[in-house]
Order: sequence, then C-alpha cells, then structure tokens
Amino acid sequence: MSNLAILPILIPLLAGMWLAFIAKKLPLARGSAKLLSILNLAVAIYIFFHVQQNGTLILEMGAWKAPFGIIIVGDLLAVTLVLTTNLVAIAAAFFAPKSLSDKQEGFYFYAFFFWLISGVSGAFLTGDLFNLFVFFEVLLMASYALIVLGGGKAQLRESIKYLLLNLFSSMLFVTAIAFIYAVVGTVNMAQIAERVQEVEQQGILTTIAVLLFFVFATKAAVFPLYYWLPNSYSVPNPVVSALFGALLTKVGIYSILRVFTLIFTHEPGLTHNLFLWLAGLTMIFGVIGALSTHNVKLIVAYNIIPAVGFMLMGIGIFTETAISGTVYYLVHDMIIKGALFLLVGALAHLAGTSDLRKMGGMIHHYPFLGWMFFLASLVLAGIPPFSGFIGKLLLLQGGLAEEEVIIVIVTLVTSLLILFSMIRIFIGAFWGEKNEEITVNKRAADGYVWPIAGLLALSVTLGVGAEWFYPAIQSIAEYLMAPELYIDSVLKE
Amino acid sequence: MIKTNDLILRTTTTLIAFILFGFSVYLFFAGHNKPGGGFIGGLMTSAAIVLMYMAYGMESVAKIIPINFRVVIPIGLLIAVGTGVGSFIFGQPFLSQTFAYFQLPILGKTELATALLFDLGVYLTVIGVTMTIILTIAQDRKDETA
Repeated sequence: MSNLAILPILIPLLAGMWLAFIAKKLPLARGSAKLLSILNLAVAIYIFFHVQQNGTLILEMGAWKAPFGIIIVGDLLAVTLVLTTNLVAIAAAFFAPKSLSDKQEGFYFYAFFFWLISGVSGAFLTGDLFNLFVFFEVLLMASYALIVLGGGKAQLRESIKYLLLNLFSSMLFVTAIAFIYAVVGTVNMAQIAERVQEVEQQGILTTIAVLLFFVFATKAAVFPLYYWLPNSYSVPNPVVSALFGALLTKVGIYSILRVFTLIFTHEPGLTHNLFLWLAGLTMIFGVIGALSTHNVKLIVAYNIIPAVGFMLMGIGIFTETAISGTVYYLVHDMIIKGALFLLVGALAHLAGTSDLRKMGGMIHHYPFLGWMFFLASLVLAGIPPFSGFIGKLLLLQGGLAEEEVIIVIVTLVTSLLILFSMIRIFIGAFWGEKNEEITVNKRAADGYVWPIAGLLALSVTLGVGAEWFYPAIQSIAEYLMAPELYIDSVLKE
Repeated sequence: MIKTNDLILRTTTTLIAFILFGFSVYLFFAGHNKPGGGFIGGLMTSAAIVLMYMAYGMESVAKIIPINFRVVIPIGLLIAVGTGVGSFIFGQPFLSQTFAYFQLPILGKTELATALLFDLGVYLTVIGVTMTIILTIAQDRKDETA
C-alpha cells in the first residue's frame, strides 16, 4: 500500500478543479497553472526515483484487495511515461499564455488541460482493464473540450469526426472488456494474464485480443485507422495540438504495449505478425501523407503516424531489444512531437499562414527559431547522435536479429522520407530571400522560444546521453518480457 | 407574444416539484446501502428544477435559485475527491471509507458513513452538469454572440 502511486492522477485532478473556480481570473490562473505543473513534475520525478530504487508501487484503492478492488500499479514503465507526460505538460503550461487568446484561456483551458494530464497519467498507472477504459474516457472528455476551444468552423467540423470515432471505439472497448470478463471472469490485468496463461490463450481469447488491438489502434492511429488524425490534430491551437500529438496516440501505443506483453503473449505467430504488417503499412502511408501536403501543421500531424508504426514494429518483433527500442522511441516521441507541434504553431503564427508556399526567408527574422526547427527535424528523422536514432537502432537490431528484413528496409526508407518532409519545411519556410513585408514580432517569438528550447534540450540530452538512460530503458524491457514479475507484484504481495 | 395558458402546468408543478425534491433527498440518503445514490438523486433534483424552469420561465426561477450551476460542478468534484484524499490523513489507501452509528436527537440511532459525503459530491456534480447542459441549450438563441 502506498498512496504515492495515486498522486500523479490526483494532483492534476485537484489542480483542474481549482482552475475551474478561478478560470476568469487570468493572471492568477496562469500563475497557478505554471506552479501546479512544476509541483506535479517534482512529484513525478520523486516517484520515478522511488520506483527505481524500491520497485513497483502498488495501491489498492479503498483497501479492497487486489483481484477484487481497483488497483494502481506504478511500475517503472508507467512512472517513466508519467514523468515524460509531465515534462511535455510543463512546456505546454508555459507556452499556453503566449499562444491562446484571453477568451480561450478564460474558457476553462487550464482546467481541461490538467484533467487531460490526469486522464493520461491514470491510463498509464492503472492495473485494471476497465479502469483503463475509464481513464480513456477522462482524457477524451478533456480532449473534446480542448479541440473545440476557440470554436472555429474547421475545428467544429473536425471535432464532430473526432468525437464520433472515439465514441465508436469506446463502445468497442467496453464490448471487448465484457467479452474478456465473460471468458476469464476478471478485469484485473494481472489476473487476466494469469488465467489466459493457464488456458494457453485459446481461439476465442485471440479473437478478443485482436478486437482490443483494434480499439487501441484507433486511438494510436495505426493503418488503416489513422484517417481521422491529421486533420483533427492540425486544426486546434498549437498548444492543444502539441498535447494531443505528444500524449494521446502514445496512450494507445502504451495500451498495446501493456496488453500484448502482459496478457496476450501466447500466440505471437498470429497477433504479433499482424502488428508487423500493420506497422509497415502505417509507416509507408503516414509518410506519404506527410509528403502530400503544403500545410506545415498537417505535415507534422502526418509525421505522428510513421512514429506509431516504428513503435508498433517493436511490439511486433517482440524481443527484448525490440521492446526496449519501442520504449525508448515512446519517450523520445512524446518529447519531440510536443516540441515540433509547438514549433510549427509558432512558425505558422509568426508567418501569418500555415501554407508552405506562401512562407519564406523566416530565418532572417527569427534565426533561433529556424535553427531549433532544423535540430528538431534531425532529432525526429533519427540522425545520430540524437534520440530518434537510438530508438531506431534498437528497433533495427531487434528486427535484423529476427531476420525481418523487409520491415527493416521499410523503416530505413521511411526515416529518409521523414527527413525529407521535415527539411522541405525548413527549406520552404526558413530559406529564401529576406521578406521585408513581414511585420516582425520579436516579442512574441521570444515568448514562444523558451518552452520549445526546453523540450528540445531534453530531447537532445536523451540522445547524446543515451548511456545514462539506456540501463533504465533496458530494465523496463526485461521487466516487460517477463510478465510474471508484474503478476507477482500485484497478486502475491 | 401571446400569453400561453399554463395554469394547469403551474399548479401541478408546485406539487410535483415538491414531491420530486423530497424523493430525490430520500434517494440520496438511501444511496450507499439501497438502490439510489448521489447520481440518481442529483438527476431527480435537476428534473425538478427543469420542471420549475418550464413552468415559471427563466427569469423567475433564476431569482428563486440564484446559483451559477457551472460553479456547482467543481464544488461537487472537490467534495467527492476530498473524501478520497481524507483517507491520506488516517494513513489509509486513497478512497477508503468507513461508517459508524451515532445517537442523534430526533432521528435516534443513525448510521453516518463517509460514503455519504462522497455521494454528496456526486450529487452536486450531477446537478451542476445537467443544469449547465440544459440551460446552455435553452439559452442558445438568446445570445448567439456569447
């Protein structure tokens, strides 16, 4: 029993309530949002080191014992992702006042922002499949409110699509959980894993597994279920896009990672091979999407999709190296996607358009922003020594060791095309003749720069300092490949 | 605008709203042991308030119940989560609950449970959310600029 495990969910939840009271008092709301996100980060860091030293944190809520009550499981994977979530959140909290209008801020932005963080942390920490659904709903509720913030015509159009699709996949999720409960008689993840192992995952369970995969794949934007993502992620305010791009699809990937390393691990020939195929197709179609448009926001939004493909590939290969690649890439992608969405948001605002063909010569006015964008492109494409490279290296090593040559080639080609799509923005927007007609807004640019620079510095550290981070990532992968550790820590205290 | 004849509606509302309020309070207290609870109690209270809105119109009910329902939502959430956090003080896991019997005047031996406080939070949140949704839809045409 340790109440520590609930704090990353509880603090943002309470913070959201406090900010709902003071939503109209903007200076106070901004100050408290910054302060509370720093507090939350500090707690997340403390929990991370606590778990690293003392092992998994378990909290049985309301003192109901494990298979019967709802439990919170703070294992190293969960707390690492919670920590990363809070790093992105802090950048967003500092970026938001610069990028949102006063009216948008006053419309409960900070309240929903914290509730979103609360839902995401909850989804990472829960040890109960039904509770995972509940936290999905918490973060979706908050995301519905955030996506319509501002109420532009395009936003309303996209939010209807977003809402309907998520509603459908939520219904499918509950149905799949009901099926699981009907077959194994529990929704506690550890106990499901134990029982699925006992009956050796017979046909019906594999069917349910694939059904669950489709639910998570919809959230994670895996081929062919990604069509809703690019538009609905590129229309809201940059802060909101950054939060969505950095966190929401990753919750889907985390769920796949958790469920298919813990519970459904006995038919890899069927399920995990399916992942490999879908991973390859996701990469190809995602990157083609990124090359097909001139809208800078859309290019970055499309770049979420191949990243999802990379992570899914690691789960598909299903060896320790590949899984550690997936985990590394997950952390890397949360940070860099946050930074990139903020970057293109700032770029589009400063240029007054998000159409690449109408931009040019921005580097003369905003050199720091330009070079940060260049750096971010290299990090995203995985040029050594940056963090994208480390993640991909592990994935490729895992792929080659299992002789999955085709997917390895697809990965390499996709990485090259990602670099191309990003450099296209850099060339189109930043290079070129100095455009004297642009009204230079140095003050706005300075406000934008610091949160982005913070995230980017983190991302670079993650790559250059891979030696420090790799042992932790490797121990997570070892832990994931041995599901009994999770089961024992939950059920046999 | 032609004045509608709503004498029957108004007369019955005075009676029915009263019964609804009473029953919702009963449901709320029955909550943690028998069918009922904060959610259903809150819904019933909001039904009574909506009925009053329909019978007497926006302005007069806003005068009778001068509450901003948007503020009720975070108050309710705060109470509900607060009862969960309360267990931290006693070194218990989050959301632990307890109950005891007290000898109260008039009511006699009464069970008081912390679950009731949690239910109170749910009750207020449900009223806040329901009323905010319904009033927002009702006000839709009046102020399109807002």
